[in-house]
Amino acid sequence: MVSTTTAPFAEVASSNATLRAFLHGLPGVDRVGADARAAMLGTRSIKTTAKAQAIDLAISMVDLTTLEGADTPGKVRAMCAKAAHPDPTDPSVPRVAAVCVYPDLVATAVRALDGSGVKVASVATAFPSGRSSLEVKVADTALAVAAGAAEIDMVIDRGAFLSGDYLKVFEEITAIKAACGDAHLKVILETGELATYDNVRRASWLAMLAGADFIKTSTGKVQPAATLPVTLIMLEAVRDFRLRTGRVIGVKPAGGIRTTKDAIKYLVLVNETAGADWLNPDLFRLGASTLLNDLLMQRQKMATGRYAGPDYFTLD
Amino acid sequence: MFEYAPAPESREIVDIKPSYGLFIGGEWVDSLGEDHHKTINPASEEVLAEVAWATEADVDRAVQAARKAFATWSALPGSERAKYIFRIARIIQERSRELAVLETLDNGKPIRESRDVDLPLVAAHFFYYAGWADKLGYAGFGADPRPLGVAGQVIPWNFPLLMLAWKIAPALACGNTVVLKPAETTPLTALAFAEICRQADLPPGVVNIVTGAGETGAALVNHPGVDKVAFTGSTEVGRMIARSVAGTRKKLTLELGGKAANIVFEDAALDQAVEGIVNGIFFNQGHVCCAGSRLLVQESVADEVLDALKRRLSTLRLGDPMDKNTDIGAINSAAQLAKIRELSEAGVSEGAERWSPACPIPDRGFWFPPTVFTGVAQSHRIAREEIFGPVLSVLTFRTPAEAVEKANNTPYGLSAGVWTEKGSRILWMADRLRAGVVWANTFNRFDPTSPFGGFKESGYGREGGRHGLEAYLAV
Amino acid sequence: MSERLAVRKTYKLFIGGAFPRSESGRSYAVTSSKGDFLANAAKGSRKDARDAVAAARKAFPGWSSATPYNRGQILYRVAEMLEGRRAQFVAEVVDADGVTAKKAGELVDAAVDRLVWYAGWSDKIGAIRGGANPVAGPYFNLSTVEPMGVVAVVAPPAGPLLGLVSVIAPLIVTGNTCVVVASERAPLPSITLAEVLATSDLPGGVVNILTGSAGEIAPWLAGHMDVNGIDLTGADADLAVRCEELAAENLKRVLRPAQETVDWLADPGMDRMTAFLETKTVWHPIGV
Repeated sequence: MVSTTTAPFAEVASSNATLRAFLHGLPGVDRVGADARAAMLGTRSIKTTAKAQAIDLAISMVDLTTLEGADTPGKVRAMCAKAAHPDPTDPSVPRVAAVCVYPDLVATAVRALDGSGVKVASVATAFPSGRSSLEVKVADTALAVAAGAAEIDMVIDRGAFLSGDYLKVFEEITAIKAACGDAHLKVILETGELATYDNVRRASWLAMLAGADFIKTSTGKVQPAATLPVTLIMLEAVRDFRLRTGRVIGVKPAGGIRTTKDAIKYLVLVNETAGADWLNPDLFRLGASTLLNDLLMQRQKMATGRYAGPDYFTLD
Repeated sequence: MFEYAPAPESREIVDIKPSYGLFIGGEWVDSLGEDHHKTINPASEEVLAEVAWATEADVDRAVQAARKAFATWSALPGSERAKYIFRIARIIQERSRELAVLETLDNGKPIRESRDVDLPLVAAHFFYYAGWADKLGYAGFGADPRPLGVAGQVIPWNFPLLMLAWKIAPALACGNTVVLKPAETTPLTALAFAEICRQADLPPGVVNIVTGAGETGAALVNHPGVDKVAFTGSTEVGRMIARSVAGTRKKLTLELGGKAANIVFEDAALDQAVEGIVNGIFFNQGHVCCAGSRLLVQESVADEVLDALKRRLSTLRLGDPMDKNTDIGAINSAAQLAKIRELSEAGVSEGAERWSPACPIPDRGFWFPPTVFTGVAQSHRIAREEIFGPVLSVLTFRTPAEAVEKANNTPYGLSAGVWTEKGSRILWMADRLRAGVVWANTFNRFDPTSPFGGFKESGYGREGGRHGLEAYLAV
Repeated sequence: MSERLAVRKTYKLFIGGAFPRSESGRSYAVTSSKGDFLANAAKGSRKDARDAVAAARKAFPGWSSATPYNRGQILYRVAEMLEGRRAQFVAEVVDADGVTAKKAGELVDAAVDRLVWYAGWSDKIGAIRGGANPVAGPYFNLSTVEPMGVVAVVAPPAGPLLGLVSVIAPLIVTGNTCVVVASERAPLPSITLAEVLATSDLPGGVVNILTGSAGEIAPWLAGHMDVNGIDLTGADADLAVRCEELAAENLKRVLRPAQETVDWLADPGMDRMTAFLETKTVWHPIGV
């Protein structure tokens, strides 16, 4: 099961004890210091050409998401249309990175987005709680992959993590990774339930060691969802992981990112923490729904000089 | 690449007059002398205004005005004095953007710092001490502690308005009147403060501002009509002042230099420690008396910390202080730049290894790139002398006892930093570090409620908090 | 029967817990207030001052890190020992000051009571002068008081016992160590006090007492770069100015002589303790 583990850390997951020793040997995180750093970066003033660049970059990084019990094929098709052409009146607007749906709606999304370049991501593994057997989680994943999902957003077993059973979490991730086949695996840490920044750092490393292609903050179903400091810590983790292994892991904050201003703060965070290498949709995503229209409104404001109104943007 | 476009703060908000007189007895008056000097923007060398350098006779007028005002000001009920000071605090809040711009233009510090650090602290300081004015009897200095009289205050150029606040707010709250001399390179916010005193209807003579250089300061400190001398600046000048008030009855407080050790243990929260190192020495271009100018890092993590530090320093943005994204602004003056250069060259010639990130330097103005010296020995000048610039000396240690020994091995004792996740070690270190402020897992934090000041040659007396009242009361 | 010839006491210096003669070999005649010869006291030199500073510095780490409770107990022990030698001190004060035995008794009693008073301060001054500061941010912020280090003292010329106790006790109760230049005119009670200190569990070097000329010794202490503070209570105006100027060299904390004569019987307040305390403020973030 440890075959996907990165070479320098081959022995780390040989037992729960070694895994625990490794994760608890990572440097701690001082919450106040991390909060202060994130807040300071939040004061960066991104204007004019930089803002225009940032808005288009942010649009191209959006994982346009609908994860409701009330989701229907119609709702998903409408969202897919929006994903491929966020502003039908302006072809210069880039498409978003992906749409993110439940497994049973993957096929609908795949059909709707055929040829658009927008990827289809599916949540899996008994999303959002993750409270089921490994067999069910693997089956859930396989279903989504079979339906054509290019990306799988799995949730970790927070109960196992918080009870110290790191090996269980690790083995679940490796099992899901195996079930993903060619699909990219995003591992949702659900940082709002991990409670401490130390745990966020440990969970980030655990997921990366187990073979995650992306680490993702949240399901969106738990508060707090994505925050700047939590994303800062995850960006530090991917930065350090590359330094030590050469492997490059992506980061996806999700939930609660609603405004262009917020999105740009995340881009600044990426730029000044992990570095500019991460500033592309292959390595950074914004899991969001309402954010897209705000980005479009800001984009139009920059183009026309007028403040935009919501009635001029579609609500799909 | 994600290049941030220029995001300059507008300077339209400030109205700088071509020339300024002295603020004495509530009025703008011309100096009795002819000595006028230009104050410049250190980021561009553009002339901002001309100010008078007050003569002994000017200082005498100011002290007399303060003496005259003292009788009524000290007799006011504390609650009335409080309201004036609250009023000042509010006006500062209302005009904080303007004052931040003015500070940045005159000082060269990044607008982000003057806006987010200096000005909020200035307003908070006045707000805090305003509240003390009618509660002095509860401060632990007797039931009815009396003010000293006229305070002569001389402040430095690194935090011009903040140092003014640290001096004037407690002095006024305690019932003293003041004559304050700002630094010759940064007079403009003090002169703006004079206008604020007028807007607040502060009685004439309670605050007097005399601009000038060392001679004006000496005239103020040595004036026999001054009851209290408060100085923030270099240890060298502090020593001269201590000598000059010998044998007088003047009460003296000094806040002087430092060479703080910022101590990073192997079990520290390293990302925050790196931020703390950066904030410790590169905040305000290192023009900070309590700057963490000596990094003491445990040998076992020295390489890791230095790599992370260098990586982080490569993201620092040096340039136009008025740009909201600038992290490192201009060095305050040509003289200070020369001093930083001289000590840095001494570092190289004594054998330390110098490193700076790739960092374009503007053509005009006074600039020095963030600089790290490794391989520094305790005996090197850069490990002993206060550089007062963006220059970090890195030393290593093996054990906590060695860290304490090296940290304390200096005539200074203003501040220190400790980074470790182990609580008992923090307290053990804090107990042994001979420094007036110990920042554990943080650095360069300030608050009006928290006393600040040094051990040994870093000066005496405390500013801030209940402790800060003592300097302005007859106790 | 011829009257028994008294065995006289030799008055030496008190440095590092021992009683050496002055390294200079000098002594000077001490007379009573009436002019009668009392004894030859050691005339301390600059080198004695240097040795005394070294002894005080050596004693500082141990004494400053002793628990306040322990320091309070030791000061109380000094008071007990002083009380036990009451008669001897009364006699010395009568000789030195020319006061009546009744008055001398009051002064000795006051000295004992002063020690007891300061003994009780050892574990209270920190609570009165320190505490948590309510900063506007997620930080625990605590100010504590700490002893400064080595403090030189020019003891008051008058009040050879009560004055002396009143300047030493506030220094050592907070954890400082000191080098005291005794009253030049009336040094003998200071050396007898040293004998009390030497037998009171007070570690050697915490208090060092030099007899001799304040005008000669004090400037060396004022200029000494390993002395952190100087109490000029007993210095005359000229000496005080000279010492204060010298003290500026390493920015010693200076306690200047009072403008009026000090009433040693009055409530001393906290000033003599706080004059030689440093406030240290420690910040730490609050977060999970």
